[in-house]
Amino acid sequence: MPTITVNGQSIEAQSGMSLLQACLEKGIFIPNLCYLKAMTEPPASCRLCFVEIEGQPDPVAACTITVADGLVVSTDTSAVRQLQRTALQLLLSVHDIDCKNCPANKQCALQDLAKFLKVPLKNKPTETYLREPAIDETHPHLTYYPNRCILCGKCIYVCQTRHGQSSLSFAKRGFDTVISFYGALEIDQQACDDCQQCAQVCPVGALVMKSG
Amino acid sequence: MNDVLTSEEKAILADIQQYLSESKRDRSRLIPVLQYIQARLAYIPYQSIALVAAHFNLAPAEVYGVASFYNQFRFNPPGKYPVKVCLGTACHVKGADIILENFERKLEIKEGETTPDREFSIERVACVGCCALAPVALLGESVHGNMAPSKVEGIFTRIQVEKEMEARQKSEK
Ligand code: SF4
Ligand code: SF4
Ligand code: FES
Ligand code: FES
Repeated sequence: MPTITVNGQSIEAQSGMSLLQACLEKGIFIPNLCYLKAMTEPPASCRLCFVEIEGQPDPVAACTITVADGLVVSTDTSAVRQLQRTALQLLLSVHDIDCKNCPANKQCALQDLAKFLKVPLKNKPTETYLREPAIDETHPHLTYYPNRCILCGKCIYVCQTRHGQSSLSFAKRGFDTVISFYGALEIDQQACDDCQQCAQVCPVGALVMKSG
Repeated sequence: MNDVLTSEEKAILADIQQYLSESKRDRSRLIPVLQYIQARLAYIPYQSIALVAAHFNLAPAEVYGVASFYNQFRFNPPGKYPVKVCLGTACHVKGADIILENFERKLEIKEGETTPDREFSIERVACVGCCALAPVALLGESVHGNMAPSKVEGIFTRIQVEKEMEARQKSEK
């Protein structure tokens, strides 16, 4: 088993495991939004899980690193925190922050991160860009809120893994990128009712089952 | 969505099916297939996405995800009078987004969409080459320069008048 040093503390990790997972399992929190333990090729798209590794000039995304014996890692340097705060502020700049009226209130990954990184839950200092329409009801079972979605891709991943093909997908591009359910009307209603994994995995309040 | 297919479009769907049956199932053929449909129909109908998805063994959502990434693909049939609003640099600086918004509000559709009667569609385009006239909008082939919100109304009034004249000529014959 590889032994690594994290913030001066020596920990044992399972070989083959991602650095992010190894730290999380030892109770060392690294902000992350797009990673799931089962992922063999993490998308590394949220750019939050930065750490510094001795011998590497720049911070790296911990979800993309496989643990190796002797790694010396710091998770809370000022460079790392700076990157994470900026990433979070950019996410908030396209977010309709209205926690009081959101089903994810108090169990939301963004709220947790804002607290951890001491970033106020506000559309600041950036401009705000919200997508239209703000609610997508095209799916027979799900309601989708683009302006709460952080485009982490977890919903696509779980649907794909469970059903072989995902009935959700990213669509459009740039600021207009959304999750789309194109073809949703033909979806087997029962299958969605029994599954609901996408709504459960959503770390914010962007995907909600219609039946409540 | 405007998904009522004309008989002509049905024939083209059959043609797409034929084209697919001759095309490899390799995913690298996905974009060429979509381009073929776009070239034949000037848009990618809902029904054809399902055909394409089945051919490549992909979910329709995934095919739409790929197609919607690119500007060259449209998902609504072009209207009889396609409105193209230039959002190139010069037009952008001159407030093209306000012109676009005016058309959207007037026709009650968004950019990329078509009115239910298939008369009008709205599209955004990049520089059309007459920046001196910015902001510019095209209605079919005719160029409208120095656009202003008030001119949007005028354009539609003119079309209305033309239509009425046409109708009158027909009934007189
Ligand atoms: S998703 Fe989270 S941060 Fe956004 S409104 Fe809901 S509770 Fe608040
Ligand atoms: S809907 Fe939720 S799970 Fe899916 S990409 Fe958006 S935030 Fe992630
Ligand atoms: S968790 Fe590593 S980039 Fe998102
Ligand atoms: S930018 Fe609109 S015509 Fe050139």
